Amino acid sequence: MLFERREAPFIAPQGDVAALMRQVLYALIPAATAYVYFFGPGFIFNLLVAAVFCAAGEAAMLRARGRPISPALKDYSAMIVAALIAFALPALTPWWVTATASLFAIVVAKHLYGGLGYNIFNPAMAGYVVVLLAFPLEMNLWVAPHIGDIDYPHLGLMDTAWYTLSGHLPPELSFEAISRATPLDTAQTGFAAMQTFEEIHQNPLMGDFAGRGWEWIANFFAIGGFWLLYRRVIRWQIPLGVILGLTIPATVFYLFGVGAHATPGFHLFGGATILCAFFIATDPVSAATSPRGRLIYGLGIGILIYCIRRWGSYADGVAFAVLLMNMAVPAIDYLTRPRIVGHAKNTLANQDD
Amino acid sequence: MTDLFLILIATILVNNFVLVRFLGLCPFMGVSRNLEAAAGMSLATAFVLTLSAAISYLLHHYILVPLQLEYLQTIGFIVVIAASVQFTEIMVRRMSPVLHQVLGIYIPLIATNCAVLGVALLNVKESNGFAESLVYGFGAATGFALVLVLFAAIRERLDVADIPAPFRGTAIALVTAGIMSLAFMGFSGMARP
Repeated sequence: MLFERREAPFIAPQGDVAALMRQVLYALIPAATAYVYFFGPGFIFNLLVAAVFCAAGEAAMLRARGRPISPALKDYSAMIVAALIAFALPALTPWWVTATASLFAIVVAKHLYGGLGYNIFNPAMAGYVVVLLAFPLEMNLWVAPHIGDIDYPHLGLMDTAWYTLSGHLPPELSFEAISRATPLDTAQTGFAAMQTFEEIHQNPLMGDFAGRGWEWIANFFAIGGFWLLYRRVIRWQIPLGVILGLTIPATVFYLFGVGAHATPGFHLFGGATILCAFFIATDPVSAATSPRGRLIYGLGIGILIYCIRRWGSYADGVAFAVLLMNMAVPAIDYLTRPRIVGHAKNTLANQDD
Repeated sequence: MTDLFLILIATILVNNFVLVRFLGLCPFMGVSRNLEAAAGMSLATAFVLTLSAAISYLLHHYILVPLQLEYLQTIGFIVVIAASVQFTEIMVRRMSPVLHQVLGIYIPLIATNCAVLGVALLNVKESNGFAESLVYGFGAATGFALVLVLFAAIRERLDVADIPAPFRGTAIALVTAGIMSLAFMGFSGMARP
């Protein structure tokens, strides 16, 4: 008879990549549910297309390199890339756009750099930026949120599936009828037309403080994010850095800036801020490694998001900000190397020793 | 003052000479193999770029324009750049042998950096004044230095990555430069007057 023998430590180890990645996927479920509730079933099709192409790209690259395929597919890292791409894309996206983003993310941004653990750039954001620049028309068609007293026509399950496959709407509907500007777009065009934020806020799409539907999705991302923090899947430095980096300039400009500025709450809950803070920027491979470096990395992303939203021509700057700070990560790591115990403090003069 | 600040932001980020205008790619690829060389190259380029932007402004406005010799622009600027590179090298060698040891081999390379000629020609094209030309040159050099140092740090990391054999070395460096250029598209639209 064999008895199970238990020895210390009794806390389950967290070293398993697949277990960590599964936690992240679970943490995205509340926000995914909210996304489908507010913006229709298109998200599910995007997720399916992205998952298929991410898995196919991963398998093809591993096969071409003569590496074992099944362990890499079982660690769910490609599925997280697929999920982040699906969250970044508009709810109605033709399949070829999603496929381009997925294949660029997995093949170029991940596997050309050597696969999981070596990629310099966040794969999902690299894929997203490619389609944002290559398919500007498709990437700017956002459907109106499905909530409360705003009554816009909505696509059913079959019509959504047909649009994903063909890129065509049913003949009785047009994009003018179903699409609406996102809250960030609304704010940007409003500011360009010299409106104050209070005037822009009159628009029913703007919701309580960061856009109907959007503010709720942000809350659900935050729930998932806090769960990841509680489970120690992610550390606090990057989310705090992103949120501070965005909120501090937003508050300073809102209170003291010349001209019209959006409220800090709008910046914090609008667009993809919370998704970025907890799920995108915290990618352990492409983020900085030392605690101080992570804080700098997060702050940099937050500040860049604010600058791109306020002064750039893109409505949301999350993907660009993440890629720009990914670029800076090797330099940040180089400059924030922790002191080795017993050695003098790192200075530029003795860093080569 | 605001104008000068906008020119600075525009040349460093929005119209970065390497990643948006695709000028100065040879040193960007050639001198980015290690961080120290990149930092040295950045310093030397910053000095020469600012100096040659100023001298070529003076050449254009006080010699070429009064004599109606604008068609000699390109060749004149090339002479100015070559001279200021040579001048920098002599000065550095005489005044600071230590600095010369660090920058020595990079200084002659700057003469072949097309960003330097690009700055001189673009200053004329955009009819910048003297202060604007100086800031334009300095901004271009700062933008060049910024991406060169970041790129060198990335390449040091790529050297130890498990990159597929056909993509090792320059191939993956070019892919990386491409993605960096994509990321810099995020700055588009900023620094409008």
